[in-house]
Amino acid sequence: MSTTRRPGRLAKWRHTPPDTSDPDTPEPGAPEPHAPGMRGATRVLFERELSLTWGGGGGPLLACGFFACLTAILPLAAGGDLKTLSPVAAGVAWLALALASLLSLERLFERDLEDGGLDLLATGHLPLESVFVIKAFSQWLATGLPLALTAPVAALALGLPIHLAPLTALAALIGGLGFAFTGALGAALALGAKRGGLLIAVVVLPLFIPPVVFGSGALDRAAAGLSPLPALALLAAYALFAAVISPFAGAAAIRNAQG
Amino acid sequence: MIHNLALSALTLTRGERSLFTDLSFTLQAGDIVALTGANGAGKTSLLRAIAGLIRPEAGQIDFYDGDRNRLDPHEARGREIHLLGHLDGLKGSRTAREELAFQCDWLGHTQDGVDDAIAAFGLKPLLDLEVRKLSAGQRRRLALGRLVGSPRALWLLDEPLGPLDAKWRTVFAEVMRRHLAADGLILAAVHDALPIPARSLDLGGLT
Repeated sequence: MSTTRRPGRLAKWRHTPPDTSDPDTPEPGAPEPHAPGMRGATRVLFERELSLTWGGGGGPLLACGFFACLTAILPLAAGGDLKTLSPVAAGVAWLALALASLLSLERLFERDLEDGGLDLLATGHLPLESVFVIKAFSQWLATGLPLALTAPVAALALGLPIHLAPLTALAALIGGLGFAFTGALGAALALGAKRGGLLIAVVVLPLFIPPVVFGSGALDRAAAGLSPLPALALLAAYALFAAVISPFAGAAAIRNAQG
Repeated sequence: MIHNLALSALTLTRGERSLFTDLSFTLQAGDIVALTGANGAGKTSLLRAIAGLIRPEAGQIDFYDGDRNRLDPHEARGREIHLLGHLDGLKGSRTAREELAFQCDWLGHTQDGVDDAIAAFGLKPLLDLEVRKLSAGQRRRLALGRLVGSPRALWLLDEPLGPLDAKWRTVFAEVMRRHLAADGLILAAVHDALPIPARSLDLGGLT
């Protein structure tokens, strides 16, 4: 069996009555079935995911609003003195980032499990591992990217020196990739569970510790005049590791939830 | 293309409960089989097992092409199977046009597959509406659109007629007839009789 689709009679049932000729020989001029191939299917799913996260619920705005509120509350709770705030600015910004990244995870796969969308995704050309990667990546674009743009603003408000703003955004962007993939893994593991949102937080927050440590470490080193590169390299290594490992575990968890 | 579906000595369990044991039957190109049985007899589970979403407790599910070569089940499921149940995977917040295009694109379609689907199920007036605003029958017609829009040999249908009115049942019967004439295979779980002559497979079960 060759893996390419051949133009069988199914493809053109509307145009021709059932014939008795050899079904294996495509007639000249018969419409070619358009198999979308890996690239086409990737693109359409990616577009759908982005339109669902950006279009409907306002997920990115919610995450950014939550992030901003959290960093605004801290000065009110701990006093507005920059001398007390600026030493913890990097740490608090990363803590808020990790919490804000949790917000929309619950709906990532649950939505598709509830309405049968996962069955549709499972019978497509692409394996579930790819589906997981596409969904996690669009989660990064929809949540991680806006948060990375908000992060410098929040960190500056807490008293971080202004020349560290670009580094904050860069670190938040890389860390966000790690958050998105480990978060998606947590969402897949919690599929079908009651109070899945709570379970996701419990599963995922421990996995969020390394990026928080590396990310705030990078900012601390830069603030102390040292090179932030070692911490950034560890942060990137964590994100890439998560992006490579979590699709296999996540796809297995989805299959388990479907069965 | 799938020409033949063979179940041999299939046993399915859900949790602790055994649904059926040692079920064997074959479905040929051009065959339609009505899957009947009491609620909870395992109709939906059987369809999901054939689609590869449930692992059977014992037994085999095999797909063969026209030359009696066994197909790689994973490959066959990814390219040649439609599974359509009451959960249709349509997103309420998107328009009917976007969802139909996505489903057909995702499953692979012919050049004018989407247009064929629109024509077959009279979807044109619905295209710009959000899916959540459709009635149950309209929504089902939209879901059925992917059967036409994306040519795949084996249709696994779970209560496909439920919300359709008499007119669209007739239309759907015609669509199924054409699919069978083009060497398709249909396995449909139903409570009422199908609108076209079909073999029957009864899973029995408690009433």
